[in-house]
Amino acid sequence: MSQGGKRVQKKESIIQAALTLFSVYGFHKTTIPNIAKRIGMSSGNLYNYFPSKEILAQEIIKYTSEVLGEEIRKINQQKKLTTYKKIHKIVEVYFKMAIEKPEMIEYFLRVYLSHREVFVGECQRMVCVAGFITEIMIFFSDGVECGELRDQDFFSAFGLFMGYLGGMAFLNGEAILSRPLKEYTDDITQNIYNALKT
Amino acid sequence: MPKLKKPTILWLQSITCNGNTHSFFSHPDFVALMQKFEIIHHPILNTKYTLENVANENLTCDVLVLEGAFRQTGMKKANKEIYDIAQKYAKKAKHIITAGSCATFGGIFRQYDTKSIGGFCFDGELPNETYKLFKKKLISIPGCPAHPRWIGSVLSMILTHRQIPLDELHRPLEIYAYNAHVGCSRSEYYEWKIDVSRYGHKEGCLFYDHGCQAPFTHANCNKILWNEISSKTRVGTPCFGCTEPTFPKKNLWHTTTLMGIPASMPIGIPKRAYLTIAGIAKSFTIKRLNEPIIKYKK
Repeated sequence: MSQGGKRVQKKESIIQAALTLFSVYGFHKTTIPNIAKRIGMSSGNLYNYFPSKEILAQEIIKYTSEVLGEEIRKINQQKKLTTYKKIHKIVEVYFKMAIEKPEMIEYFLRVYLSHREVFVGECQRMVCVAGFITEIMIFFSDGVECGELRDQDFFSAFGLFMGYLGGMAFLNGEAILSRPLKEYTDDITQNIYNALKT
Repeated sequence: MPKLKKPTILWLQSITCNGNTHSFFSHPDFVALMQKFEIIHHPILNTKYTLENVANENLTCDVLVLEGAFRQTGMKKANKEIYDIAQKYAKKAKHIITAGSCATFGGIFRQYDTKSIGGFCFDGELPNETYKLFKKKLISIPGCPAHPRWIGSVLSMILTHRQIPLDELHRPLEIYAYNAHVGCSRSEYYEWKIDVSRYGHKEGCLFYDHGCQAPFTHANCNKILWNEISSKTRVGTPCFGCTEPTFPKKNLWHTTTLMGIPASMPIGIPKRAYLTIAGIAKSFTIKRLNEPIIKYKK
């Protein structure tokens, strides 16, 4: 593997380790030495990859946004799917991630939304979550264009959709739900569709 | 040395507001340019032949300039169908110029009856049966009106036997390969997604809320300017997209959006690319661009 390839791989392993620790212990209680120790690296060497904990936190939200955005992109590109089916697939993808990679959703809820002071400067507003937001925008505008979704302000629809999914993932993380998260997929799809349809 | 024969021009009007005729009169070199042609007939200038002569005789015609929308029957001038007169001279002419959006696509007049009224060779964006007859010598100069320099430069190119590359709607690429956004003095506001608060102001972009068609309108208005100094967008009015076959649109002052996202993307820009850039640009507040350019004393 080339030097460049190794560096990218190392960065990804740091992001994975940090993602897990941040989502379990929160932003403040997770330290650079903890993260370095988890992957058998010295703190000094880790700083060669990420110059601060804040920048590492910003890179993580970019990474999770890209991963989720890529999944929704695949759904958006299936032009023959009805909007209802697309909603169903997006809910499936989101819940799958909440179950299989709970650290990604936890990170979003417990770090990104709770520590806005970290996500400023080059990561403010939509900059670090553009990968995900862009795909949601495309989903909505395609839905309106084909006449299946009601035209409205983007954020009123976005809040309804993603706020709902985030809320369910949170309740699942708190072990409050009476059934496994996946079993809510059909009902939640129907609710979102009913709320947004023309 | 024998005097070279000037090429002849016949300017023929169908149903029109005269806008292109008057626009062309504003060309700074109008007189010098027209002296290089022999004007057989013009609806406003004093010319050798009247409209009756044109309708009833078989005059020479190298360049036929058509202005106004056409209908095959029911639009008579000098007791003859104007479409038939245009056809007669179109067959003789070496070049046919449709000056303005009405002669090219049907324009405003086409809205009265889209089934029977259109341009000479296009009904909206679709070529009609006349197109097949004359496509080899057709030059479209749409615009409402056509810019005086557009007509002037095409006539100059004809005069000097220059090659005139055209797009699929027969619009000269030298003019219409650009979009009207090129050269807009508000492009910084477009890049940073800052809309205007009011019409007629110096600041802000007119694309996001106010219906500006410049990013998807083929024209060089902001490159060569009107009356040598200005353009719609420069004075704070949205571009109406008047060079396109879709002109006139309804709700000219309003940007159609789908869930807040512009329904039409700038020419050749994929929606995903546009939204990515737009989302990031909107995430920053640029103080200078959110303030008046000049703070006048009250």
